[in-house]
Amino acid sequence: MLLIPCPWCGPRDEIEFHYGGQAHVAYPDDPAALSDEEWARYLFFRDNPKGPFAERWSHSAGCRRWFNVVRDTATNEIHAVYRIGEPRPVIA
Amino acid sequence: MTESSLDHPDRLWAAAEPKRSYDVVIVGGGGHGLATAYYLAKNHGITNVAVLERGWLAGGNMARNTTIIRSNYLWDESAGIYEHALKLWEGLEDDLGYPLLFSQRGVLNLAHSLQDVRDGVRRVHANRLNGVDAEWLGPEQVKEVCPIVDVSPDVRYPVLGATYQPRAGIAKHDYVAWGFARAAAAYGVDLIENCEVTGLDVRDGRVTGVRTTRGPIAAGRVALCAAGHSSVVAAMAGVALPLQSHPLQALVSELLEPVHPTVVMSNAVHVYVSQAHKGELVMGAGIDAPNSYRQRGAFHVIERQMSAALELFPIFARAHVLRTWGGVVDVTPDASPIVGLTGVDGLYVNCGWGTGGFKATPGVGWCYAHTIAHGEPHPLSAPFSLDRFTTGALVDEHGAAAVAH
Repeated sequence: MLLIPCPWCGPRDEIEFHYGGQAHVAYPDDPAALSDEEWARYLFFRDNPKGPFAERWSHSAGCRRWFNVVRDTATNEIHAVYRIGEPRPVIA
Repeated sequence: MTESSLDHPDRLWAAAEPKRSYDVVIVGGGGHGLATAYYLAKNHGITNVAVLERGWLAGGNMARNTTIIRSNYLWDESAGIYEHALKLWEGLEDDLGYPLLFSQRGVLNLAHSLQDVRDGVRRVHANRLNGVDAEWLGPEQVKEVCPIVDVSPDVRYPVLGATYQPRAGIAKHDYVAWGFARAAAAYGVDLIENCEVTGLDVRDGRVTGVRTTRGPIAAGRVALCAAGHSSVVAAMAGVALPLQSHPLQALVSELLEPVHPTVVMSNAVHVYVSQAHKGELVMGAGIDAPNSYRQRGAFHVIERQMSAALELFPIFARAHVLRTWGGVVDVTPDASPIVGLTGVDGLYVNCGWGTGGFKATPGVGWCYAHTIAHGEPHPLSAPFSLDRFTTGALVDEHGAAAVAH
């Protein structure tokens, strides 16, 4: 089980959280202007790296706030935790 | 070496050294890669083929699945390819000349709510229209098929009925891999282990070879069969796939007397159970939610799965978990696979089988080999093209894909 440091509540077990997939996926500015390919990209394609991945979590059994995590999907090591609206930290 | 009294050969296939070039290089030596190599040779006469495996043959999801075989999917497209696979399973031991412990003991997909019942009945009708054997059973009939299921009405999620596919079953996963490997090697296919693909060479929009930890290999065509690592390999050629890789866990109990005569799956309470020939109860969970390439998951997923199993099978209360493990599965947005062309000439993809690829092994090997040999999709795999995510022609099997998506 992951030990996830909620930026509001501190480290808690993974079971308290809900996963939200890739972070920083912005809704298109002008959806109607997108081609079918561009719309498919937005709707169905998400990054799936083996390595550092910026992802969303919700502390659903705690403060119920969403936040972002950079976690390495090859090791499960958590590199950074940051609040919604903050930029993705640069991982050395 | 002298042969034993059982005449068991020292080796089922010869470990091959990589040659400088092949007509077809298959990336991934799991069940799908080995089946594809076999049918390339058998059905299409293409034998200058290498199967590259970064670890050992069939050591990934082929060694980690719960061996369930069935074809009771909802949509016509799915029924086509899964039923083709099941028909091949029914003759596969003879075809490969190898025992697979293929046992058609049936599968029950339980319904625990009125919506489950409606979905199940709809699926039974859809299956019958597609020539797939299917029946709707009430709770008492479920009890007849599998006496250890608790069908009493006073449990948290009572069993209201089930779909039943009598021709479904299980097989011995390792034997399936070994059978395909031996048969492919007999046709002259090179099976190359400890050979990780580190790059794909693409020139003027056409794949020309692969780079590996054992040197570069030129290839006329390259066929990806990399399961959970498909995104990583396809990215080497600039191909993006709508996949997310997750751990999927399973476990076995100690060896027990035969108590469980069939396969039971439940979407609602998230567990699927059969009993292997040796006697261990084999149970699978849903995927771990976060993306990961680690072949292990969180214990709370196992705990939930066990509580669901105990609710359905009170008799399991005294059994022990002997071993748990995980594999990395590649999940698509519509819970259906991606099989076909990539936009790069000569590069083909087979991925996205998520939690249910084992059952398709012979069927997808058959269709993928056809796709590679002819440069265009087999009719049964054509609906599972990568471009369906652009056209919108999804094949939504979240209901029939059962527990795990």
